[in-house]
Amino acid sequence: MESREKMLRMYRHMLAIRQFEHKAGDLFTRDAVRGSIHLYIGQEAVAVGVCSALEPGDYVVSTHRGHGHCIAKGGRLREMMAELLGKATGYCKGRGGSMHIADFGSGILGANGIVGGGIAIAVGAAFSAKYLKNGRVSVCFFGDGAVNQGIFHEALNLAAVWKVPAIFVCENNLYALSTPFRDAFAIEHVVDRAAGYGVPGCRVDGNDVLAVYEAAREACARARGGGGPTLIEAVTYRMDGHFRGDPCLYRSKQEVEEWAARDPITRFRAKLIESKVASAEELAAIEDEVRAEVEDAVRFALESPDPSPQDMLNDIYA
Amino acid sequence: MREITYAQALREALREEMKRDESVILIGEDIGIHGGAFSVTKGLIEEFGPERVRNTPISEAGFVGAAIGAALTGLRPIAEIMYVDFSTIAMDQIVNQAAKLRFMTGGKTCVPLVLRTQGGAGRGNAAQHSQSLEAWYAHIPGLLVVMPSSPYDAKGLLKSSIRDNNPIIFIEHKLLYATKGEVPDEGQEYLVPIGKADIKRKGSDVTIVTWSLMVRKALSAAEMLAEDGIAAEVVDVRTLRPLDTETIVESVKRTGRCVVVHEACKTGGFGAEVVARVVEEAFDYLDAPVLRVAAADTPIPYSKTLEDWVIPSEADIVSAVRRVVDG
Ligand SMILES: Cc1ncc(C[n+]2csc(CCOP(=O)(O)OP(=O)(O)O)c2C)c(N)n1
Ligand SMILES: [Mg+2]
Repeated sequence: MESREKMLRMYRHMLAIRQFEHKAGDLFTRDAVRGSIHLYIGQEAVAVGVCSALEPGDYVVSTHRGHGHCIAKGGRLREMMAELLGKATGYCKGRGGSMHIADFGSGILGANGIVGGGIAIAVGAAFSAKYLKNGRVSVCFFGDGAVNQGIFHEALNLAAVWKVPAIFVCENNLYALSTPFRDAFAIEHVVDRAAGYGVPGCRVDGNDVLAVYEAAREACARARGGGGPTLIEAVTYRMDGHFRGDPCLYRSKQEVEEWAARDPITRFRAKLIESKVASAEELAAIEDEVRAEVEDAVRFALESPDPSPQDMLNDIYA
Repeated sequence: MREITYAQALREALREEMKRDESVILIGEDIGIHGGAFSVTKGLIEEFGPERVRNTPISEAGFVGAAIGAALTGLRPIAEIMYVDFSTIAMDQIVNQAAKLRFMTGGKTCVPLVLRTQGGAGRGNAAQHSQSLEAWYAHIPGLLVVMPSSPYDAKGLLKSSIRDNNPIIFIEHKLLYATKGEVPDEGQEYLVPIGKADIKRKGSDVTIVTWSLMVRKALSAAEMLAEDGIAAEVVDVRTLRPLDTETIVESVKRTGRCVVVHEACKTGGFGAEVVARVVEEAFDYLDAPVLRVAAADTPIPYSKTLEDWVIPSEADIVSAVRRVVDG
């Protein structure tokens, strides 16, 4: 069993993601967030389980559904929320928005607007870790949809041949926008592909944070020990639409309800109480603290200034 | 005449051509029950079935390549790439394969493929979902590039593109889908020819050459200029390749002044090609330098303040026109 402190940190991070996403969704509906926003609600156990196995210096490469990865890896809510509102104080000074948040200081090499766009970048970060012998690992999050991009094949093969410390985490939430898994794959599981690259693979319940954590710990140990990459398939479900405002014509209410019953936060909370890691009162106190943090982030973002066009021609070239 | 949206006009073109010709099929991501990211294919899977409306995995290189193969062997595929930004993933298939197959094989085959996609900024979709990449494609011999600005042109040009035997990059604009315009009733068939510009507004003082969403901005700029007694002619090129140089040059010979407007950034933009042709063919008629109004040379930023600054506005067009008219 993990330490109490670690488990409560996991709980706190999962809650922070959930509450941040609810606020972000509200702000989108109120037109304070532009473009489109892909919420991580329902998948919190994956980001938190994986990132709990990482060291601060390790790398994370994220996706269009990236807020959860960023929070789990130690990204700050204020700068994240400010970025969503396009403010000068945001992680990207308002230039990037939801799909481009990065925090290099926390090892977050960036979200991505291109499905599959980050997979090979994660291989490069893993290669530099091996070359520089700094002991770091590089985690790449991506969805089931990304697995059918050509770059997935090229990147996994390269990582396997180079034996770099990379961990490929496929968040199989059963849909790529409107396309169900069964319409996009002629195989049962994503992890079946691991054998094709000579890479060990495992499939976990992505709504069980401790199961994800265990799988990630094993993959990290392999990576740091020179054993090369791992492919983890974490099976989960996104509770919101593909983006906020998606009419979700492609899935049934019943299916959504079934998954709601497997909510990763509710499950972990029950487990913490049942195994006497914490009391309901202690958890409620954490919930209040997280709510205050998220509200503080929103306030900070709303009060922050817009970026100035005067700086627009800076930082295109180094 | 009835008014319909740009998205409806495109859908009608697809439906009419699919009804007319069984070899016309659709291939792309989320084009089935979801109806495409901008609802253009809404209802088509119900009407034509999943054999002809083929919803694909996220594999731009793969399905564009498959569309090319199908085109080589008797079908007339329309592949939809959700954002022009993602066409970069299929670049080998488009540029090295589709564009060159006819030429490389001595004219023994053709690739009747329409690649429908959309581009442009204005919705806060940021740097990887807002680009204007038309100049890339216009640079490739073997490809045609079509960029309609109105529902009427969208329908007529899409139908012509589907019937054409060349690979066509058909670029829509995300801010045009909801715009409305007059289109003849369904069943009253018409085509808009590829390679023919359209004078969207007559004027004698200056020629504004433009395409896609910027046609609308140029028209409202022309409205503002008219109040000051400046009569601007607005030429909508509609297709970048082939470019209707004749219509542009004739207009400039009449007005003696030219401003080229596009949403893509200035350096290496297609505006440079237009200016070069005007200078080559109408130099002696020019009373002022030819100017370009284009986006700043930056990726497209997310925040509204920044995005508005980067993208050309009506005011930018007005001030460029004033410069060439007032000297
Ligand atoms: C190259 C590319 N193609 C298509 C898209 C549009 N798009 C964005 S997310 C998405 C679905 C991604 O599904 P998945 O990888 O399973 O991630 P999920 O959204 O389920 O988290 C699509 C089609 C894109 N952003 N990039
Ligand atoms: Mg998915």
